[in-house]
Amino acid sequence: MKQAAQPARSCGDAPLTKRSSAPRKRSLGAFAAMLLVCAPLLTAASESPPAPAISPPAAAAPPDDGQWTMPAKNYASTRYSELAEINEGNVKNLQVAFTFSTGVNKGQEAAPLVVGSTMYIVSPFPNTVYALDLSKSGAPMKWKYEPNPEPAAQGVACCDVVNRGAAFANGRIFFNTLDGHTIALDANTGQPVWNAHVGNINIGETITMAPLVVKGKVLVGNSGGEMGVRGWVKALDAGDGHVVWTAYNTGPDKEVLIGPDFKPHYDTDKGKDLGVSTWPPEAWKIGGGNMWGWISYDPDLNLIFHGTGNPGPWNPDLRPGDNKWTSGIFARDPDTGAAKWFYQWTPHDLHDYDGINEQILLDMNWQGKPRKVLVRPERNGYLYVLDRTTGEVLSAKPYGPVNSSKGVDLKTGRLIENPDKLTGTGKVVRDICPTASGLKDWQPSAFSPKTGLLYIPHNNLCMDEEGVEVNYIAGTPYVGMNVRMIPGPGGNRGAFTAWDIAAEKPTWSLKENFPVWSGAVVTAGDVVFYGTMEGWFKAVSAKTGDLLWQFKTSSGIIGQPITYRGPDGHQYVAVLSGVGGWAGAIVSGDLDPRDATAALGFVNAMKDLKNATTAGGTLYVFRLP
Amino acid sequence: MRCAVAVLFPVVLMLVACQREERDTRPQSALGSGEQPTPVTTLEPGGQRPSPTDNKAASFEANAFHLSEGKRLFGWFNCSGCHANGGGGMGPALMDEKWIYGSSMESIHATIRDGRPNGMPSFRDKIPDDQIWELAAFVRSLSGNAPSSAAPSRNDDMMAHPSENRMPNAATLGKSP
Repeated sequence: MKQAAQPARSCGDAPLTKRSSAPRKRSLGAFAAMLLVCAPLLTAASESPPAPAISPPAAAAPPDDGQWTMPAKNYASTRYSELAEINEGNVKNLQVAFTFSTGVNKGQEAAPLVVGSTMYIVSPFPNTVYALDLSKSGAPMKWKYEPNPEPAAQGVACCDVVNRGAAFANGRIFFNTLDGHTIALDANTGQPVWNAHVGNINIGETITMAPLVVKGKVLVGNSGGEMGVRGWVKALDAGDGHVVWTAYNTGPDKEVLIGPDFKPHYDTDKGKDLGVSTWPPEAWKIGGGNMWGWISYDPDLNLIFHGTGNPGPWNPDLRPGDNKWTSGIFARDPDTGAAKWFYQWTPHDLHDYDGINEQILLDMNWQGKPRKVLVRPERNGYLYVLDRTTGEVLSAKPYGPVNSSKGVDLKTGRLIENPDKLTGTGKVVRDICPTASGLKDWQPSAFSPKTGLLYIPHNNLCMDEEGVEVNYIAGTPYVGMNVRMIPGPGGNRGAFTAWDIAAEKPTWSLKENFPVWSGAVVTAGDVVFYGTMEGWFKAVSAKTGDLLWQFKTSSGIIGQPITYRGPDGHQYVAVLSGVGGWAGAIVSGDLDPRDATAALGFVNAMKDLKNATTAGGTLYVFRLP
Repeated sequence: MRCAVAVLFPVVLMLVACQREERDTRPQSALGSGEQPTPVTTLEPGGQRPSPTDNKAASFEANAFHLSEGKRLFGWFNCSGCHANGGGGMGPALMDEKWIYGSSMESIHATIRDGRPNGMPSFRDKIPDDQIWELAAFVRSLSGNAPSSAAPSRNDDMMAHPSENRMPNAATLGKSP
């Protein structure tokens, strides 16, 4: 049954792969186009395999060394591994290599890291870091580090006390704690090198995101969009932790680091101090726009890309205006933080559509012209393709049920609101899709250059919303919205969709009972891994979506799977199991399903989760026998 | 005779209607009365001692006015931001039978006033003491621990759960123990 190893990608099988994954009318035309593209490649470099039609820039996605040093795998955020020992044919034989308890029964959203022969994991609050020695049987603990964060921080963390992982660079492990510290550890010994206090829990500020290390700087952003916290991104010096620059996401241009280099593509983003003038007086100071998600980096353009969170409070009546620079995306110079361009996914957000999801950096032909693009499955329900040099929107197609808006005007770049779904004080608006948690929340997708498909774990939920009055009290919630969520069309609350970026449509989509709150990873063996909130860890075919293997873990999975080459030369797959996060708060926080508005309304859609899984926190690592 | 009944009946009705619950028109000082220790455990070496009660607790506990004020303040002071409408979120659920720091009026009052170490902020000096008692009384009503004659009977907002005066006692959920 063992399948032969995948042959090196050749020009010949690229159109074949495309055809089998997307059996559509354009096959002949596509084939002709592929021939045209391939012809010069065949003559120019007959030995090295030609580049696939869509691929990440080489500088942002270097050849795979079998390690996993940052949650997104590489700066292009592809979450794609070139390892192919585990493939479509043999993945059904996967078995557990070892397990490890994190000792914390809260939502495990982190990605394990593998550097050399050591695996690093960071737990939810209290944010313990473990180093496991992969060169020894059973992967014994090499060291652990307990940062002892302030327990009170748990009371200002919006949606479970999660942590999305650490980052490795130059012999150090960098991670954030819930109470607002960024800490650098010696990767060999676990000894702290520096500890920078950058967030203040007394104004509701926490940190849950995974840092990204770029050019000797540790990039960190804050959480607190539900607490009236003003969002920022900071660059800390990787050597000693001092703050090199701080860019706020609301307020005057000087503090947003908008200067002469700022050249947004759309007119609505041009003007002085829009971060002040698009708000009622002073509201930008408590206006959210937090950066608790993902950052990508293009070394060729010397730009980092990061989203900005929802404006606060959720009740939009309290903040008329476009609320710059919330629910959008910035391109910044990593050396100075200076903004280069900005695009706003959701101006004057009405539904808590944070704009902080992952951005995958790719190079591809778009309508006949080679473009450097940025692909973003956004919370508001659209799959955006942006030109990452300018911020121009090339495409925005819904990848699931959306009725809160009627599309994106590609001339102005502006989201077209649906007047029937405008929220406000004292008004109940029913059946808004997607929910506050978005068609997709933080859970990162994966891209395979072999198939040209983006593998998107996402939700399928709708909601009722009612704006209510709210007072700002520093360090307490600033939301002003009653929400209750319900399953979306079809009744399946989650889906796992393979999206053909070039064709702007899905190739296949799998229904899941619960929201798919885990990340995804895809390999050169054409296998995609993701987890479900019941606790199934699944491997499906990258081409067809066929279920190839599944394993029931001890708790629901909301973590980010990774794959690596162990010290023995073999391929392993690892994932943290442990339900929680916003979607799983009903279990990890023991919430009461009789209140439809519990956990900002998410509990109403998850009433049966307590019967499907229990809290836990376990690392699972798999390999072939 | 019939006429006399017709006259008497409304008079009796009016007298009955005058039977209203007592209410302090002039609340005590904003910073509150004495602070009695409030144990958060039932485990006490040498045997359990009777915990001191605050006489204010009783005057707030079953009082419809204070309960409805507590319901209003629950939203105004952002309690609902963390605890939702009793089901919980950032903070624990308040409508279930689980009490981390005690279920008595005194315990809940102390929790709001002094905070608790795993995330409950201290609202001392932010909320006047009498209003803390009103909040404590309302919190108890969420789990059915208030007389249905006094607990709030309607919700002005989107339906989150049946009104507090219809909530079954969380410990028994309406069934005999």
